Amino acid sequence: MIVSIQNVSKRYGKNEVLKDINLEINSGEIFGLLGPSGAGKTTLVRQLVGLEVPSEGENYLFGEKMPSLQLIERIGYMAQSDALYTELSAKENLEFFASLFGMKTAQRKKRIAEVMELVDLSDHLTKLVSNYSGGMKRRLSLAAALLHEPELLILDEPTVGIDPVLRQSIWSGFYDLKAKGKTLIVTTHVMDEAEKCDRLGLIREGRLIAVGTPEELKTQTGSSTVEEAFLAYGGVQYAN
Amino acid sequence: MRIRALVIRIIRQFLRDKRTLAMMLVAPLLIMTLLHLVFNGESYIPKVGLVNAPAAVMEKLDSDDTKLTEYDSEKAAEAGALEQEIDGYLVFDGPIPKQIVLEGSDPSVNGALMKWIQQAKKQLSPSQGQMELTIDYIHGSEDMGQFDFFGPVLLGFFAFFFVFIISGISFLRERTSGTLEKLLSSPLRKWEIVVGYVLGFGIFTMLQATLIAWYSIYVLGMLMEGSFIYVLLITLLLSMTALTLGTLLSAFANNEFQMIQFIPVIIVPQFFFSGLINLDTISDWLSWLGPITPLYYAADALRDIMVRGQGWDAIYGNMMMLAGFSALFIFLNILALRKHRSV
Repeated sequence: MIVSIQNVSKRYGKNEVLKDINLEINSGEIFGLLGPSGAGKTTLVRQLVGLEVPSEGENYLFGEKMPSLQLIERIGYMAQSDALYTELSAKENLEFFASLFGMKTAQRKKRIAEVMELVDLSDHLTKLVSNYSGGMKRRLSLAAALLHEPELLILDEPTVGIDPVLRQSIWSGFYDLKAKGKTLIVTTHVMDEAEKCDRLGLIREGRLIAVGTPEELKTQTGSSTVEEAFLAYGGVQYAN
Repeated sequence: MRIRALVIRIIRQFLRDKRTLAMMLVAPLLIMTLLHLVFNGESYIPKVGLVNAPAAVMEKLDSDDTKLTEYDSEKAAEAGALEQEIDGYLVFDGPIPKQIVLEGSDPSVNGALMKWIQQAKKQLSPSQGQMELTIDYIHGSEDMGQFDFFGPVLLGFFAFFFVFIISGISFLRERTSGTLEKLLSSPLRKWEIVVGYVLGFGIFTMLQATLIAWYSIYVLGMLMEGSFIYVLLITLLLSMTALTLGTLLSAFANNEFQMIQFIPVIIVPQFFFSGLINLDTISDWLSWLGPITPLYYAADALRDIMVRGQGWDAIYGNMMMLAGFSALFIFLNILALRKHRSV
């Protein structure tokens, strides 16, 4: 077990964004957080990387309580917005982020080549980010998060704005990372992407309404797709 | 080294953004040049009418300092003044003027005219034994223009203004584009971010300070009695306070427009308390504002060096105040980053 979320609630003023969430994520799995926008997915993952603190409850990563500076190096985080310096080239962006993690020149060069290969941007290494398309920026952000080979990757909507072919190749990249023993937490609101995760957490209006493998969720609700399952759980939620 | 990476990145961004670089380096020079031209423009040449002046007097008074027009009668001269063909006229009775009439609508013209009349009187009646006065100046001279007096303040002000705006907006962009969070989800410490910014921007700030000071003094010929190094040092320290204040206030703005809104609130009032207007004339209930603004100390120090020709002893206290402001703002910056990451 690599992530343990214990009784976590989060309030902004009177607005309760997360309501008593309990969740454990295992080492080496791809865990999907599925829910409509505004459900609280981003707030939850931001707590996991230490950018927010819960109002109640605790988050433990690698058995240590977040936020913690020691843990940050073991996490790779990709936010929903492309946190890139558009005046700089892709290479300069990655060089900068790599230096922040204390990588030496040779290792930096090697890792930049590797991650750019993975996101299929090797031909655009020296191009300015301002000349990148939306999808290319998304992929570059992903590359930046992978740069320091973190054990745990937290990716907030990593494939938004990426075409189906490339999405396929990025997911095969995720499976490669998983094969190397990395853990991935991926938020999404795309149902067919959810099918690709090992386990799913369904979030709706700040509540974790169900956790399980896509198969489990489907059989429990007697539905043929994750989408139907989600609606079934959501319906129960409303009925109560 | 993480700070080095941050500094290199800021330099690269700057060099890529030529327009911002130009704004920081060239715009202050442009404004200083304009102010120089505005304040030190040629002095006004009064247009004077002479009524019934003897030919000898006419000859004596004729010079480049004035434009003389002869009138036969007071009526004709009055009409000329009403038409604003002349600024005023002297009515002569024999070789001595007995009456002065001014058109009078523009005070600066009146001043120029009166000044000329004072000189004319001396020329016309040296025989009456008037003393020739020699006038000495402790600071400045007869040639000292308004620009020389305002200059040091303006120099400081524009250094402050441009650094504040550019550093504030740069840091704000880092906040709004999500890159600040990216930095905070790396092992970078909060103080390292602030120090990195101070160093990275500091390089350009230093360049700007040198350029403005050099240009104002050696190209525009601003009065300079003291040592150039001190001027540089003061400008640099002032720019540091602008840099740290800009990044700090960016925490309280949600977008670039809101950052610009700090100009009338934070920047312009400092201008009034920087010694441009004599502080003794400002109401007591307002004058306490002066000593809490960085520009107040910088302007005083710059005048000590540039106008009064003093040295380190005179500016030491002011320099400490500026350094203190910077240190305070750096500390508050680190605190403000807690909003994004609590450790």
